[in-house]
Amino acid sequence: MAAKSHEHPNYMAIFWILAILTVVEIAVVFLPFGKLVNGTMLCALAVTKAAMVAMYFMHLKFEARTLGLIAVTPLAIATLLVFVILPDAFFVDHKTANVKPAPAGAKH
Amino acid sequence: MSAATSHAAATSHGAVEPAESPLTPESWGKLGMWIFLAGDAVGFGTLLAAYGGMRATSADWPNPYEVLGINLTAAMTFLLICSSVTMVKALEWLGKGDRAKAQMFLFFTALGGAIFVSCQAYEWTHLIHRGLHINGNPWGAALFGTSFFIVTGFHGLHVTAGVIYLLANIWAVSRRPDPAASYNMVEITGLYWHFVDLVWIMVFTFMYLL
Repeated sequence: MAAKSHEHPNYMAIFWILAILTVVEIAVVFLPFGKLVNGTMLCALAVTKAAMVAMYFMHLKFEARTLGLIAVTPLAIATLLVFVILPDAFFVDHKTANVKPAPAGAKH
Repeated sequence: MSAATSHAAATSHGAVEPAESPLTPESWGKLGMWIFLAGDAVGFGTLLAAYGGMRATSADWPNPYEVLGINLTAAMTFLLICSSVTMVKALEWLGKGDRAKAQMFLFFTALGGAIFVSCQAYEWTHLIHRGLHINGNPWGAALFGTSFFIVTGFHGLHVTAGVIYLLANIWAVSRRPDPAASYNMVEITGLYWHFVDLVWIMVFTFMYLL
């Protein structure tokens, strides 16, 4: 790592990386690897893009470490929340669905 | 105590200035914006986590990719990334002391945001005509429409606020005699704008692609 190339990272390089990763994301949707693999890849790509925006556009890479901790806290809270909600999806034996209206002739 | 105070007054430029901000020595405002953004991120994080929860517990969640379409939204994503670049360019020019160029790039950024919100309005109108409503839709779980409008609406509101914020900045920059005096202000605006871009990256992935 170059010792503190302070203040001005190469913004255009970041821009191209973000643009290319967006194209890759859209391509991933069409891959035949199934929901789990595709979903994991999409999440990883989204987090990478978000991290690049925070690190370079928002200069987080060049800020005090503690500021980075403040910035990462919401991510930790949201991740925690997913694990709080998740049991409902897997350990409750019914799933919600719209009640389908009875066919017109079936009334009375 | 009094010795310490007089020492501080002697070394710092203004006697009223309490102390320099921890973490962000440039300005207190920057620290304030970061803390605001962390709070705002909890808001978005909660919305997205709730979205995931509702989707995972639903038996008839429509495939967002098929219902919503991603051509327009992919273009909108690209637009926001571009507007992030014009934002850093504005700050760069301000740092070089070129006020007019900085204002021009701030205007481009605001324009990008305005086009983004317009596209979103178009998209919403289109989807509402096809039957996607906040309380139901022809494709399945009613909560699909509810969460879609709440999350994208909450983000669209942020973009709208950002456009106003940017336009106010263009005006504020012209009021200050020295372009360098506006640097901190524009940098803080930039933090907000990049955050809105960052959130859209997440929303795009979780609500459209997944």
